[in-house]
Amino acid sequence: MADAVNSLPGAVRTAEPRAPRPAPARSPGRLRHRLATYWYAWAMVAPVVAVIAAIVGWPLVRGVYLSLTDADESNVERHIGVNRIEASYEFVGLDNYRAILRDGDFWDRLGWTALWTVSCVALTFLTGLGLAVLLNRTFRGRAVYRMVLVLPWAIPAFVSVFAWRMLFNERNGILNSLLEDGGIDAVPWLSDPTWAKAAVVAVNVWLGVPFMLIAMLGALQSIPAEQYEAAEVDGASPWQRFRYVTLPGVRPVAMTVVLLSTIWTFNMFPVIFLLTHGGPAGATDIMVTEAYRLAFVTSPRDFANSAAWGVLILLLLVLFAIAYRRALRRQGEVW
Amino acid sequence: MDRNTQAKPAAPPAGSAAAPAAAAARPQAGPRAGEEAAAPRREGRAAGQAGRARRPRRRGERGPAASIGLHLTLLVAAFIAVFPPLWLLVTSFKPKSDTFTLSLVSHFTLGNYDHVLNDTEFLTWFGNSVLVVLLTTVIGVLISATTGYALSRFRFPGMRPLMWTLLITQMFPMAVLIVPLYNLMSRYDMLNRPSALVVTYLTIAVPFCAWMMKGFFDTIPVSIDESGRVDGLSPFGTFWRLVLPLARPGLAVTGFYTFVTAWAEVAYASAFMTGEKHLTLAGGLQTFVNQHTQDWHLMTAAAVLIAIPATLVFGYAQRHLQAGLTAGAVKT
Repeated sequence: MADAVNSLPGAVRTAEPRAPRPAPARSPGRLRHRLATYWYAWAMVAPVVAVIAAIVGWPLVRGVYLSLTDADESNVERHIGVNRIEASYEFVGLDNYRAILRDGDFWDRLGWTALWTVSCVALTFLTGLGLAVLLNRTFRGRAVYRMVLVLPWAIPAFVSVFAWRMLFNERNGILNSLLEDGGIDAVPWLSDPTWAKAAVVAVNVWLGVPFMLIAMLGALQSIPAEQYEAAEVDGASPWQRFRYVTLPGVRPVAMTVVLLSTIWTFNMFPVIFLLTHGGPAGATDIMVTEAYRLAFVTSPRDFANSAAWGVLILLLLVLFAIAYRRALRRQGEVW
Repeated sequence: MDRNTQAKPAAPPAGSAAAPAAAAARPQAGPRAGEEAAAPRREGRAAGQAGRARRPRRRGERGPAASIGLHLTLLVAAFIAVFPPLWLLVTSFKPKSDTFTLSLVSHFTLGNYDHVLNDTEFLTWFGNSVLVVLLTTVIGVLISATTGYALSRFRFPGMRPLMWTLLITQMFPMAVLIVPLYNLMSRYDMLNRPSALVVTYLTIAVPFCAWMMKGFFDTIPVSIDESGRVDGLSPFGTFWRLVLPLARPGLAVTGFYTFVTAWAEVAYASAFMTGEKHLTLAGGLQTFVNQHTQDWHLMTAAAVLIAIPATLVFGYAQRHLQAGLTAGAVKT
């Protein structure tokens, strides 16, 4: 009962460091006591817990299960008019995973997904940092530039992607028209595998730069001016100031946004789905769009394989997050 | 593990108010400003170098070449940033035959808008989207606010697992959930209903918003709660009457985030909503340009109409966003 004093109903958190966790309760009296103590906190988080359990937890379990079956369009439970047809798919163990991993297509997709993620994140980060450095000065029109550069963020991504699709249009898009005016042959932006890959990366970078720009601009502005003054007093060249003051200063924020950006890019769906539909011939399909295509575009819809792809994607993300955290730990950052 | 820091990237704009002001102030402020202005700049190259070695240019000062370079780079970047949406806007006023012409204005017409609004299901899609987005925003903000408050103020069993769950959920790719969710929705006959999307979008919005609201509540002094408790309010009363009104910027930011995310979501909307009457805007826009139709002129008009509300919300929320994200990011 000792901690009952501390945790009177409604006791608000005080500034003191977190108390050690109370020993697990076993006796029923203790349980009732805890219910009486914590019911309002539990009531407040209940809706979120319910939502997550129902829409994330339960589907996740089902997804893992589906990936171990041969479910597809023809054998899942469905309604035809008022008739309900029971599910008739069967448990097949790890067959789906085995088939996916043996197929060369998986490794192609994995390679392209990795290339896509790395090139998008690197280009977005470098462009964002570069522009942020330029904007982190005082000059006329700074606010206007900033507003204009953030514009791609303000427009829904799927709208922008359609805008780009129009520009990339092979026969009469503006890019090719301009090239032809300059005497250069039209570029098959979206129908040649290599060009299509370049095109989706370019659009994704275009979409991602504003976030990077704002984040890095904030990071730059949080570097104390004294550090630059000290560097100047010591006679550091602009490059040295950038290398030894700016870069270390933005590092914490940079680590975070790079992690976020990596996860977002890895999971990026609309750009590729809307720009190329994964084409030509699947050349630009990353893992996420591949999983979506299997379940919702191809016919018959292959739910089991799509679920297996989903689970593999999740595993990769978890591995990545663990590795990233390790790397940070080793460098002495704790979070 | 990354959620806590997510607010951080945007946090810095906090400083944006102070830092640039300081930087701007400096050149005039220092007593040396005057002597520096004219002297070394005009000297010959060698002398200039020597002078610079002793006292490098201060930040915020540039030679004319650097100045031109700066503006040139930024102009190019700004042009690239603006051109695609601008071209969308320009094209939306051209008739079908001129869609791909290079001129800015050719045969100005509002016919595309007229057609999109009156002869397609655009307004239905718009209504569907508004309904879904508003419901998601209201429900999402409300339940993430209570959760954020509980996480901020109380220590209770299950708190740490909950925080971890919120973090991890944030990372979940839609590809993992979309198939099982689709099957569940189909089993409970929820496909093609707005409720399916609302519920799904909550999973995207709530984890982030709950973390964000926790950050906000952390910045509100606990003494406010205490005084409320002393005056006999229940924990819920304290939350509802005292703390929530103070957290209005936080509510604005989370609401904004939810709105923008839901408005622009494509994958779930395309998978769960089929049939012309049920589409949301993300699905509807795709109907103008696909294997069967190539109505670029209509697509541009619809795209502009879709982008306007989002851009307005973004512009309006931008001010709140900076203050809000900052407040949420301050660690206690």
